[in-house]
Amino acid sequence: MAKEMLKGNVAIAEAALRAGLEAYFGYPITPQTELLEHLSKRMIELDRVFLQAESEVAAVNMVYGAASAGVRVMSSSSSPGVSLMQEGLSYIAGSEVPTVLVDIMRGGPGLGNILPSQGDYFQVTRSAGHGDYRPIVLAPASVQEAIDFTVMAFDLAEKYRHIVIVAADGQIGQMMEPAELPPMREVRKERPDWALTGAEGRDPNVITSIYLKGEEMEAFNLKIQEKLSEIRRSEPRWYEFQTEDLDMLVVGFGTAGRIAYTAVEMARERGMKVGLLRPQTLWPFPEERLSQLADEIESVLVVEMNAGQMLEDVRLAVGGQIPVGFYGRMGGVVPMPDEILEAIEGHYNRLTVRTVRT
Amino acid sequence: MSAINFAPPENMEVVYERPESLAETHTHYCPGCTHGVSHRLLAEAFDELGLREKAILVASVGCSVFSYKYFDVDSCEAAHGRAPAMATGLKRVNPDAAVVTYQGDGDLASIGIAEVIHAATRGENITVIFINNAIYGMTGGQMAPTSLPGQKTNSSPFGRNVEMTGYPMRVTELLSQLDGTAYAVRRSLHDAKNIRKAKKAVLTALQTQMAGLGFSIVEMLSSCPTNWGMTPEEALDWVESEMIPYYPLGDYKVADSVANLDGGKRR
Ligand SMILES: Cc1ncc(C[n+]2csc(CCOP(=O)(O)OP(=O)(O)O)c2C)c(N)n1
Ligand code: SF4
Repeated sequence: MAKEMLKGNVAIAEAALRAGLEAYFGYPITPQTELLEHLSKRMIELDRVFLQAESEVAAVNMVYGAASAGVRVMSSSSSPGVSLMQEGLSYIAGSEVPTVLVDIMRGGPGLGNILPSQGDYFQVTRSAGHGDYRPIVLAPASVQEAIDFTVMAFDLAEKYRHIVIVAADGQIGQMMEPAELPPMREVRKERPDWALTGAEGRDPNVITSIYLKGEEMEAFNLKIQEKLSEIRRSEPRWYEFQTEDLDMLVVGFGTAGRIAYTAVEMARERGMKVGLLRPQTLWPFPEERLSQLADEIESVLVVEMNAGQMLEDVRLAVGGQIPVGFYGRMGGVVPMPDEILEAIEGHYNRLTVRTVRT
Repeated sequence: MSAINFAPPENMEVVYERPESLAETHTHYCPGCTHGVSHRLLAEAFDELGLREKAILVASVGCSVFSYKYFDVDSCEAAHGRAPAMATGLKRVNPDAAVVTYQGDGDLASIGIAEVIHAATRGENITVIFINNAIYGMTGGQMAPTSLPGQKTNSSPFGRNVEMTGYPMRVTELLSQLDGTAYAVRRSLHDAKNIRKAKKAVLTALQTQMAGLGFSIVEMLSSCPTNWGMTPEEALDWVESEMIPYYPLGDYKVADSVANLDGGKRR
């Protein structure tokens, strides 16, 4: 299929549909709304389920119902809406029904604004709801990655019977660039054997997240933890640029990572031995690769569109071996390449001073 | 739990049995609680309409949280108040299933009022069994939106003061105003005659759903002897003497399409 000019939100919607999305439930919120609008047309044309819910609270619980029936289902929202979905996400995690959520993040806290932000890194990567679990979080940095990760999200959700969040900042949702859509997949005919469909000719299935006895609840938690360990081993994904012959590494995800790429190119032109690691999975975080690189370099600079959230994961991965600097913009302000370059230079020069002294 | 012997003694005829749609198990309900009665009515209705293999029960948060264990049908357990939304998701992708939510008055009328109103207004083809016992049972007897004026509960120890806490909510009347509601009735479980009427209403509600006529709800005035601090018998009397005057029994909405089911016999 050829490349075409696509807006991020529309591309995600169309990619989900082509991945065999059978049901969508959502509620309008900027900067995500084109996603819902695109599906309101296409899903009905294809005789699939589209429903605009009365709230994000209802939307996520409709998703919970359809996911319990074993179909490919998703919702999409933006920061304040995702806050409202936390309860439902926790029930979904506790019931192990495959679910995809797209979060086109905006500036907060509160009603905030509709500008691109990465201020919900903690919200999506920690648990996205009460209880002891973490969803898989995919962070695209381009419209093409948004498409590819959306398709991958359904496969991962089903493989692990877990929540996958595609977390993009508003920039990815709103911008247009050339990208290629996947071929159309049919909606799957069969349902998994655990699904709620009516117990025709079989024993009844039950989907629940309640375990009254401490030991049973603990056993279930251990089962989830085992699954999460497997995800941690198998699913970290990242993108690397100029990581050979390296003094300093820049780490950034999504739009911040993409702009940092340009800044790293500029720094290399100026003779600084700088490279980029852009996590594509925020959870599982590519901690092993980061820790390997940290063994070989002098310092790390984290760049985010927030006050320093992924920064904590970078520090954990680096483990105090080397200094970790930070450059961030907040509230919907997108950093420019030359600002990041300046931060790189500042950090790099301190490093040189320190190396000269010792 | 010790094994239960359900086999009838020899030389005796079976005249009354566990419906197939009920699981062979004990329930955890208090003695004299009417949750057991409403379970049985729903299970009998599934059996009689041949819906056991099509049924999907959405249990809610309240004393009936484990009702999914008591029915021998596909089932799940929704978040507090969200059963109609979960049921919507299930029904939209399983249009041939009989999707039923089973909700208490705290669950449906308080935390879940938005979800049930919107399910009704969409004419969602689901059936809601609404258990109104005028109290929060599971959490130990706090005031519900349906608690009566003056009713003493553990969170209204001086009696429900309507000036401070508002008035009891008549949910079935409220939902009957919505165009998407096809069938909305109130019944009571305080005696055999009324229980039989409640059963008929459950049958009609399920038929409404299976015919795709829209949203159906059967409210059942129920007893909670434990949290009302009464014997089971006193509690049933209280339903009749105190609840029915505030919550009149009757059919609040029977759409023409529903009345015409079975060739109009329901008129
Ligand atoms: C979000 C949330 N808030 C509060 C609770 C605690 N809670 C459990 S059951 C219940 C009330 C149930 O009352 P009702 O729906 O009337 O059912 P009953 O127990 O009387 O059958 C409450 C408040 C909860 N489980 N979840
Ligand atoms: S507390 Fe009340 S509603 Fe709950 S089981 Fe006991 S009697 Fe029934």
